[in-house]
Amino acid sequence: MKVLVAVKRVVDYNVKIRVKADKTGVETANVKMSMNPFDEIAVEEAVRLKEAGTATEVIAVSMGPQQCQETIRTALAMGADRGILVKSDDELQPLAVAKLFKALVEKETPDLVLLGKQAIDDDSNQTGQMLAGLLGWPQATFLSKVAIGDGVATMTREIDGGLETIEVKMPCVGTVDLRLNTPRYASLPNIMKAKKKPIETIEVGSLGVDVAPRLKTLKVEEPPERQAGVMVPDVPTLVDKLRNEAKVI
Amino acid sequence: MAILVIADHDNTAVRQATLSTMTAAREIGGDITVLIAGENCRAAADDAAKLEGVSKVLYCDSPLYGHHRAEPFAALISGIAAKDYSHVLAPADTLGKNTMPRVAALLDVAQVSDIAAVVSPDTFVRPIYAGNAMATVQTADTPKVITVRGTSFDKAPHGSGAATVEDLPAGEDPGLSKYVSSELSSSERPELTSARVVVSGGRGVGSMEDFHHIEGLADKLSGAVGASRAAVDAGYAPNDFQVGQTGKIVAPELYVAVGISGAIQHLAGMKDSKVIVAINKDEEAPIFQVADYGLVADLFKAVPELEAELAK
Ligand SMILES: Cc1cc2nc3c(=O)[nH]c(=O)nc-3n(C[C@H](O)[C@H](O)[C@H](O)COP(=O)(O)OP(=O)(O)OC[C@H]3O[C@@H](n4cnc5c(N)ncnc54)[C@H](O)[C@@H]3O)c2cc1C
Ligand SMILES: Nc1ncnc2c1ncn2[C@@H]1O[C@H](COP(=O)(O)O)[C@@H](O)[C@H]1O
Repeated sequence: MKVLVAVKRVVDYNVKIRVKADKTGVETANVKMSMNPFDEIAVEEAVRLKEAGTATEVIAVSMGPQQCQETIRTALAMGADRGILVKSDDELQPLAVAKLFKALVEKETPDLVLLGKQAIDDDSNQTGQMLAGLLGWPQATFLSKVAIGDGVATMTREIDGGLETIEVKMPCVGTVDLRLNTPRYASLPNIMKAKKKPIETIEVGSLGVDVAPRLKTLKVEEPPERQAGVMVPDVPTLVDKLRNEAKVI
Repeated sequence: MAILVIADHDNTAVRQATLSTMTAAREIGGDITVLIAGENCRAAADDAAKLEGVSKVLYCDSPLYGHHRAEPFAALISGIAAKDYSHVLAPADTLGKNTMPRVAALLDVAQVSDIAAVVSPDTFVRPIYAGNAMATVQTADTPKVITVRGTSFDKAPHGSGAATVEDLPAGEDPGLSKYVSSELSSSERPELTSARVVVSGGRGVGSMEDFHHIEGLADKLSGAVGASRAAVDAGYAPNDFQVGQTGKIVAPELYVAVGISGAIQHLAGMKDSKVIVAINKDEEAPIFQVADYGLVADLFKAVPELEAELAK
């Protein structure tokens, strides 16, 4: 079984986000970039499937500028076998990413595509579901457990009220949630080994996909700032304030 | 303009998140149709027909839609939407997040996720980077596929109105997936995303056994219980209690954060609450920067004391 894993390069989750003064976006120059945290979980799951003998090959795919190579290297150091960079210097929105993935799926014919449930930059939570729709494949979103069977997978999902288990036919698309696993840190020897693993670069134009943005960002602004309130010395004062000042209890 | 609202419901009535979605639809303006799909959900269709501003309810009752599996459900929605609608809206809850991007892909249109405001029928404001920035985006696609952030819109009222309920035949089963089972956290407490009071516990609570301190306080305040990611990851609370960027978005009248440091990913899910109380033993904890009332204290002392004081 071949597994394709999506790895997006995003501003590291620890970075304090600054909106650009001209309101065109957020500051990304000289900012630490990392693999989208959900994608680390997706890579970990794919590598575990390989270690368990369920998967035969794990291919990490990133789409964006040349620097996405670094993100792919991280996936290779975690245990992916090879990488594909779909190179584009223009913005790629979820529908475009999904269409590009569809083109790669047609080339690589994987049995499973794993993505993060959400990219922590655009917070769209769309790409995996779109890809499944475009392929006409089943989807298993917000995964907290993956069990691959014979031609089917039993998938447990985090939903509003708790957990739900579904059975999907293979091939399928899965998007992973936080509780699926704890991603490993790449060891130094594995980082060295990863340097020798192949990364294929595909120019976005060569896949014959219309990637023109559909959404136009008119402006990006700071959210309204919340002011810190007061510190209270003890519990009775707190209750008094909540009763008589804020009037919420 | 003709707007299709995809209702989330519990078979007897529409959920609170659907009411917020209705308000967003009314702000866009136009003729509003609500789709109720499910299994044995006639009562929900009748409930939807009473909503203020609804002109028609499409009612599709079939085992195929019982668990809102994405493949048949998205096929149904895209089939309806392709015909006559300028907008398709759903709540940004599990139902909407799972289904709507698939609908958008089937229609070859972009989706605008999790809108927090309607600027005009084609322009919306949405949070990005865990709510650290607000983007105003415009879409030229038709129909416009949108999910709506529940806490950003008032709940549409039920009116005296009685919209027509139109039966819709079920579609085909693509046979790609099967519902197996679910484990739902059952609770007498109010639902987290619409509760008037939410009490959340973090890693500071220390264990699953001690999480009853949080539950006890929530019960004293007739509130819902929430948790930080760290508390959920550590198994103190179930996954559906998680508040934050990648969990639930809440904006109650009163939010009490206990033993939570206040990481941006947590703040993303609760900073629109009206009044925020933080109890933390570390006076430097970032949560105090957004709290209206901060108490530096050991929670194991402060929470029982608070319960006693509230009982007075
Ligand atoms: C991709 C991604 C998504 C995420 N999504 C979310 C999300 O949706 N929601 C979320 O919450 N987090 C999320 N996080 C995690 C987030 O970054 C923080 O790690 C998390 O919120 C920390 O939880 P905490 O405040 O409970 O724990 P900690 O940061 O460990 O804080 C515990 C606090 O408890 C206090 N404390 C300890 N003992 C006591 C005591 N006896 N009495 C009083 N106070 C005490 C400590 O002083 C400390 O401030 C996400 C992270 C990533 C990378
Ligand atoms: N440019 C990209 N390159 C690789 N994977 C991506 C890209 N954009 C999105 N994805 C994948 O899609 C998931 C969901 O992203 P989104 O729909 O933007 O929230 C991410 O977690 C990634 O796994």
